[in-house]
Amino acid sequence: MNSFLSVNLPKFGQILSALAIFFAILAVIFYIAGKANGRKTKPIATLVLLGPALVLLFAGLVVPAFQTIFFSFKDANSVKFIGLENYTWILHDPNIHQVLINTALWIVITPFATTGLGLLLAIFLDRMKRESIPKSLLFMPMAISFVGASVIWQFVYNFAIPKQPQTGLLSAIVRRFGFTPSNWILTHPLNNFLLMIIFVWVETGFAMVILSAAIKAVPADIVEASALDGAAGWKLFRSITFPMVRSTFIVVLATMVVTSLKLFDIVRTMTGGNFGTSVIANEMYSQVFVRFDQGRGSALAVVLFIFVTPILVFNIRNIRRERSIA
Amino acid sequence: MSATKVAKIATHNEGRKLFSSRTATIVVWTITVLWTIPTFGLLVSSIRPKQDIFGSGWWNFFLHPHFTLSNYHAVLFGTGGSSLSGGILPYLMNSIVITIPAVVFPVVIATMAAYSLAWVRFKGSDFLFYAIFALQIVPIQMSLVPLLQLFTGGAHIGSMTIIPKLGIAGKFAGIWLPHTMFALPLAIYLLHNFISALPKDLMEAAYVDGANHFVVFRRIVLPLATPAIAAFSIFQFLWVWNDLLVALTFASGTEEVAPINVKLASLVGQWGSSWEVLCAGAFVTIALPLVVFFSLQRYFVRGLLAGSVK
Repeated sequence: MNSFLSVNLPKFGQILSALAIFFAILAVIFYIAGKANGRKTKPIATLVLLGPALVLLFAGLVVPAFQTIFFSFKDANSVKFIGLENYTWILHDPNIHQVLINTALWIVITPFATTGLGLLLAIFLDRMKRESIPKSLLFMPMAISFVGASVIWQFVYNFAIPKQPQTGLLSAIVRRFGFTPSNWILTHPLNNFLLMIIFVWVETGFAMVILSAAIKAVPADIVEASALDGAAGWKLFRSITFPMVRSTFIVVLATMVVTSLKLFDIVRTMTGGNFGTSVIANEMYSQVFVRFDQGRGSALAVVLFIFVTPILVFNIRNIRRERSIA
Repeated sequence: MSATKVAKIATHNEGRKLFSSRTATIVVWTITVLWTIPTFGLLVSSIRPKQDIFGSGWWNFFLHPHFTLSNYHAVLFGTGGSSLSGGILPYLMNSIVITIPAVVFPVVIATMAAYSLAWVRFKGSDFLFYAIFALQIVPIQMSLVPLLQLFTGGAHIGSMTIIPKLGIAGKFAGIWLPHTMFALPLAIYLLHNFISALPKDLMEAAYVDGANHFVVFRRIVLPLATPAIAAFSIFQFLWVWNDLLVALTFASGTEEVAPINVKLASLVGQWGSSWEVLCAGAFVTIALPLVVFFSLQRYFVRGLLAGSVK
């Protein structure tokens, strides 16, 4: 216990000193800059208030983004230029084909699964009297990291050789129905879908909460009026509720596409990208930090960037339009 | 419309509502139970003795309830075998040490920038705001390698050194800094939305009274922007606590700096021998976010809604 304290007290000291230094510097600069008057007041204020953010953004995002594009045209050690070789590798390597197919599956299946299920739950929750408890429980996985979620699902997908007791829930259920469980995580292509279930389990609550808010915002008199006109059930949903929440639905869908495109943690934790489950973000990490091929890793990062950009631009536009109407 | 017809429609609607509300309740609760079982299974496993975890599924706990806290003891204090000899507490501490500054730094810097862009206006204010906003399209993956090189080797053009090597790779500062950088576009965007909508009269009255920008920032902007700051802070807390990619890249996997999430991910690779360590370790890892979730749910939702673009 004593050794524990001697190791960890200095760590807390680091938090305190980091925060103290940070605020002390700010206080001093604010004090000095506050003394300025006359014509220089405004430029100095701008410099002090905006400067730190601009420097950090420039050094942390702008310059690195260009550097990565630059690296993607160079070889593994960033020594010599090899033109488009890293990109032709992406197009022709059979392993990368698997990665691209997997990524395509992820960005097609998981957004619709999470957003669709989220919408269904939001509609049903709207009809319920006491919705707060199920809503909390459905939303709860959102607080759990993808790594934590992966461990939780390890206990579902766990497999033991036949005749041993099956401690995994899925194996036990399958056996109860008279089938022989297989080693789920090693079974390709099924394992991809099993990993997607983890993602859906985490993200559905998010889709549900946002869509639920949108449904509650549909004016009650519109729903009542169309109910008086005889619309009910599916028809009411199709002609009134869904059109009113369509823009939110699309925003959530696009958000999920971006999240699943960048997905890394689940694949890294569950399989490390083995057994035919790798995706772009995981492959990028593996190329750079496992195989030490900076060129190929950078090219994969650029591919990710190219895919993400149009969806994010589309989504941000949608969000802004919605805000300007609301 | 006659009164009877209205009454008829009313009862018809009542009937439909009653029915569909019952269906809705059944469907929602079924899915809720399905959704909760995996987490519940992990919790139950974590309080079962080692030989039970290996010997039978967690649902057998209810037939043969053997309760123990030894898994938690093993995980926290490192008596659970070689995979976690020093216990998980050092990593938990690292997570706290990483998270607090990685929330405070970007929030303060972004609030300053947002105030400046909204109220200390100059010709390029709007352009800069949109440029920062547009930076959200850059995935973190684009920054990892160049930033790591900057931290370990500095920046050079030819033989000229522009930035000396910072020597913060593998230290806490080397994790705080990337988290701060990556958080800024979203933070500035969100806080700008809020701060630019503060009442103009209030600001102008303060300027007329002789308050400079820094006084206005501290005395008016910071207190009034608290709801937005709180919402973003919770989002950022979860982001940093649950992050794997940034921590894997910038923190080595050692006890000195690696956060608990990284340690947990590495334990998964060594399962079989450490099942019991894994389930208790997972619960220790997700405990704090869950506490935040259940106690601050309203702000939590706001933070997530606000941060959903990241």
